Amino acid sequence: MAKGDPGVSTRSRRAAPRSRKGTGGDPELVQLLTPEGERIDSVVGPDGTVYSVDFTDEEYRGLYRDLVLVRKLDAEATALQRQGELGLWASLLGQEAAQVGSGRALRTQDMAFPTYREHGVLYCRGIDPIMPLGLFRGVDQGGWDPNEFKFNMYTIVIGAQTLHATGYAMGVAMDGKTGTDDGEAVIAYFGDGATSQGDVNEAFVWASVFNSPLVFFCQNNQYAISEPLERQTRVPLYRRAAGFGFPGVRVDGNDVLASYAVTRTALDNARHGQGPSLIEAYTYRMGAHTTSDDPTRYRIASEVEAWQAKDPIARMKAFLTKQQIVDADFFAEVDEQARRESLHLRERVLAMPNPEPVTMFDHVYPNGSPLLDEQRAKFSRYMESFEGSAH
Amino acid sequence: MSRVKTFNLPDLGEGLTEGEILNWLVKVGDIIELNQPIVEVETAKAAVEIPAKWGGRVQAIFHPEGATVDVGAPIISIDTDPDAGPLDTPQAPSAAAQPGGDLPTPSAASLAAVEVAPAEGAVEPGLIGSPAPGGRTPVLVGYGPRTSTAKRRPRKGAVPAQAVPARAQAVPAQATAAPVVPKQVAPAPDTSATNGHGGTPTGVLAKPPVRKLAKDLGVDLSALTGSGPLGSITREDVQRAADATTAPAPVATTVTTAASFGADREQRIPVKGVRKLTAENMARSAFTAPHVTEFLTVDVTRAMKALDRLRNRREWRDVRISPLLLVAKAVLLAVRRHPMVNSTWAGDEIVVKEYVNLGIAAATDRGLIVPNVKDAGRLSLRELADALTDLVQTAKAGRTTPADMSGGTLTITNVGVFGVDTGTPILPPGESAILAFGAIREMPWVHKGKVRPRQVTTLGLSFDHRIIDGELGSKFLRDVGDFLSDPEAALLAWT
Repeated sequence: MAKGDPGVSTRSRRAAPRSRKGTGGDPELVQLLTPEGERIDSVVGPDGTVYSVDFTDEEYRGLYRDLVLVRKLDAEATALQRQGELGLWASLLGQEAAQVGSGRALRTQDMAFPTYREHGVLYCRGIDPIMPLGLFRGVDQGGWDPNEFKFNMYTIVIGAQTLHATGYAMGVAMDGKTGTDDGEAVIAYFGDGATSQGDVNEAFVWASVFNSPLVFFCQNNQYAISEPLERQTRVPLYRRAAGFGFPGVRVDGNDVLASYAVTRTALDNARHGQGPSLIEAYTYRMGAHTTSDDPTRYRIASEVEAWQAKDPIARMKAFLTKQQIVDADFFAEVDEQARRESLHLRERVLAMPNPEPVTMFDHVYPNGSPLLDEQRAKFSRYMESFEGSAH
Repeated sequence: MSRVKTFNLPDLGEGLTEGEILNWLVKVGDIIELNQPIVEVETAKAAVEIPAKWGGRVQAIFHPEGATVDVGAPIISIDTDPDAGPLDTPQAPSAAAQPGGDLPTPSAASLAAVEVAPAEGAVEPGLIGSPAPGGRTPVLVGYGPRTSTAKRRPRKGAVPAQAVPARAQAVPAQATAAPVVPKQVAPAPDTSATNGHGGTPTGVLAKPPVRKLAKDLGVDLSALTGSGPLGSITREDVQRAADATTAPAPVATTVTTAASFGADREQRIPVKGVRKLTAENMARSAFTAPHVTEFLTVDVTRAMKALDRLRNRREWRDVRISPLLLVAKAVLLAVRRHPMVNSTWAGDEIVVKEYVNLGIAAATDRGLIVPNVKDAGRLSLRELADALTDLVQTAKAGRTTPADMSGGTLTITNVGVFGVDTGTPILPPGESAILAFGAIREMPWVHKGKVRPRQVTTLGLSFDHRIIDGELGSKFLRDVGDFLSDPEAALLAWT
């Protein structure tokens, strides 16, 4: 291929010199940014798909800012739980790149179905990061409008959201919203542990046979609470897709660029009517499963250290520095913004009002129900029977 | 709002009632930042660091390391504006607040001086269900901390006088929490709740954990008068009833330290940590696996000489060699000849293991722990020696991890180090055999037809009789003994 040939796309021309199949250590892993911050122009996936990204400097800086903010807000939520302000928190520490990469790959019309750990995706969808804290503080049910933000409510039941997403995606296809560049796609998030659930396997079957516009995004963080991956599977998780009849790919989940590229491609295939696919974002949960968990009881420090060296933010920082994409003040400025926003988040959490007990009847049916009205009245009378009540 | 804020122990898991202070990371007078780790607390679920809720100067620390603290009880107070000059009110005495020191319970007066702002307090009277000034309700998180004071407002028209005596009894000496919890209006215990059901145990109001406690302690719930909300029976009620009936019986079975005895010349040691775990494991094992113990006395003179020769070899110069090493080797070789000994009773099947995770019972400052050498059957003698040394040193340093202690398949307990001859060990749960290795003594022994002074020891093997018959157990013990009486010959014959 002659250099500068007319008709050759920028992508393939840039890909030529440094394109490779997978990366050094693991030929199965799609990676565009090494842990040392070295950029790989493009990677050929297991099925021949070429993955690459073409970001402006501003977009690179934006991704870095997302990663840092998402981590800082998450750390603040963990601290708030330790201080008795949240009942529970499921930290995303270590999984920022998988979430920000895939979250930023979503188009406005795409619908996402999260687990209870997708705070990074939630952030990318433009939802106020305080929303999940209301849920974990126990003062509301989450609070955002899933239809407005195209981001469903957190699902606590492991894997259940994959079925919801499959049904939704089947609906999208039935409405004829696929098949064009502006088609709609759906993404379902779940973890490695969920792959052992019946729900997830049922979702795989239905999405496959109905050719649904759905991306299964599995964040393989190596542990289902305390159960290691070898208790979930004997083959790499992404290869399971083949048995259900759709493509699967493993991406470096600590690489925000590769996570973006792989998700964007899978979503575009879905929106064009080419059916579902599975992405296994290979990552690591650096913290505890939730604040009720103690990971030192089931995993060793050296393993955590090995993953520390693959940190998603550190490699992005190294890349930005080496490529001179940022000036000296940039990192300090981002850190300061993160500090400010986390303080702001804290203040707002502490000021969250407790709901009136009677409001628990409010959001059960959109138009009310006679039976609930009766229960509400009875409950109100009961509450009023106490001394000092307002009525 | 007061500038001195008191931080109460939150529910760190979901529905926990207490936590143990492991380690204070700050001391009184320290200047700390928001979210700086201040204390390590261990709960039933996890050991976690708690970050400071406010920046400022540490004003008082209310519990020493090692204390078990109820959820909702104050643990630290922080002056959130230390640059604003001295405080108007006298603070908790700093002498009483040195971490790790001999820490007296803060007096009510000193604690009362530390004002708890309603927004931060655990309980705000009269405001359940509606936002407190700081937007907080009495129960912070989880399923609610265990408190001995009711948090519900009285019903309109209730007679408060009814409740006062019961309430006064029900609050035990929780001096640490009482001063900072605003005074409660006592509830009216609804005694009909107990009487209405004919006084049968099912009609008694008590939470499931309290029922469990009563069952464990052999307390008849229907015989008690509840002091909790609606006349329900509380943990304290049960505990008091149990204390009343069992007071003469000794509570602590082992007192290893020069203990401080009270006026009744009895000392009460809380059962927790390793002691609690040991007790649970021992009781579970002793009453589920039918134990049989066999004994064998062995002349180990040759083996001791072999050990000496080993010590003198150049390549073994730096290796710690103890008789335990030979016993371990003997057990591992004997397991190879009788694999069934290395198994687990799993209800409807017996799980026989190809690998041997060899447990070594170790006495440590924290109590009995049983770390194991993973896959010890694959180790060379040299590797085994290193693994044993490492295991013992780790245990002595208190750094044994839960992973080191899990997955054991067969155990040796070296009671000989305490100078005794043997014992009838209890199986660690899930294991089918445990070998007690007694002291090696010079004893008169018939050797080649004559009475000679020889090095002799006694082995005691307990095994799970569901899996291991007398024949198998005897053969296994015989093999261990054969190896120890003539290791060279056994090695030649078996390997």
